[in-house]
Amino acid sequence: MAATIQLEVTRYSPERDAAPGVQSFEVPYREDWVVLDALNYIKDKLDGSLTFRWSCRMGICGSCGMMVNGEPKLTCATFLADYAREPVRVEPLKYFPVVRDLVIEMSDFMRKLVRVKPWIIREQEKPLSEGEYLQTPDQLDAYKQFSMCINCMLCYAACPVYGLDPLFSGPAAIALAQRYNLDSRDQGAAERMKLLSQHEGIWGCTFVGECTEVCPKHVDPAGAIQQYKLTAAKEWFKSLLMPWSAK
Amino acid sequence: MTPDPTGRAPSYTDFHPRWYRVRVSTYWWLTKWSYMKFVLRELSSIFVAWFVVLTLLQIRCLSQGPEAYARWQEWMRNPFLIAGNVVTLFFVLWHTVTWFNLAPRAMAVRVAGKRVPALLIAAGNYLAWAVVSVILAWIILGG
Repeated sequence: MAATIQLEVTRYSPERDAAPGVQSFEVPYREDWVVLDALNYIKDKLDGSLTFRWSCRMGICGSCGMMVNGEPKLTCATFLADYAREPVRVEPLKYFPVVRDLVIEMSDFMRKLVRVKPWIIREQEKPLSEGEYLQTPDQLDAYKQFSMCINCMLCYAACPVYGLDPLFSGPAAIALAQRYNLDSRDQGAAERMKLLSQHEGIWGCTFVGECTEVCPKHVDPAGAIQQYKLTAAKEWFKSLLMPWSAK
Repeated sequence: MTPDPTGRAPSYTDFHPRWYRVRVSTYWWLTKWSYMKFVLRELSSIFVAWFVVLTLLQIRCLSQGPEAYARWQEWMRNPFLIAGNVVTLFFVLWHTVTWFNLAPRAMAVRVAGKRVPALLIAAGNYLAWAVVSVILAWIILGG
């Protein structure tokens, strides 16, 4: 008999159920299978109604984030072999409303992301004829780590502050704001500061640090937020001591 | 659709008939050791404050002369106070170590375009701690 592993999957049908329940599935155990392979096996062979998001299967699209045994994980990068053949619990990402089964509602994150203006802001765009904005390797290095974010929202599912205060901008959005603040081509730091220096911005963060622990791309959002707290505090002192320097 | 057995009215959202939302438990910090460590770190600030108050009281007694200081020393011999201060010492050490270990994350120091390694920044904090402690010990015990 071929080896199998049990998957305990959260099921929720908004039309049928008052609250989510758990359904167990027996799937083949293969050493080279990730949790997403097992979910796709269920959908193909056992229950076609199981609903979940996925796309690239290579840890870059950020679609397949779910809670695996209580930890936020990219299911395409989480091997069944790491769970020692015990039942594996698969749940939708924590702190987000559930639409159906393992699919969460992410428009809150999308709105927050846009609000921090994660793009290069120039006071004055230079004409195309003058060529591109150049950058040295050191200048690239200053923000590169924060630019690796794939918007998978695992950090939100790890952040109790986001769970308790839904107004909190959250780890990924602030890390991405910092990614552009540190970009030598960007001139929008003052614009972003208005939003980020509010309580719902950086000051909501209590430095639990779990966002960094779960980040599959080693972005270190917790570090980005604390570094920005230093910047904001320095700016505040500067505006206190030299009010005339404020723009 | 079967009626909701909890009797709650489904919250209706455009294009989605019903989202399921989970309330965060008050005891969320008990669910994971890393959350627990965080809460203990936050709590440690109360113990730091207690040591600060104690030091201020000690200085006050010191300024009021030898009699007042003798009374202070007598008061400090209270076994309950000693037990409480042992716990406080543990929390103050926890506070120091956790924050020193976190310092490199908040401090992105760049020298000649390269970020200073985290270990070096943490080591700098520990070194400063050791130096200040040695100086204080020298003043109090030997000086």
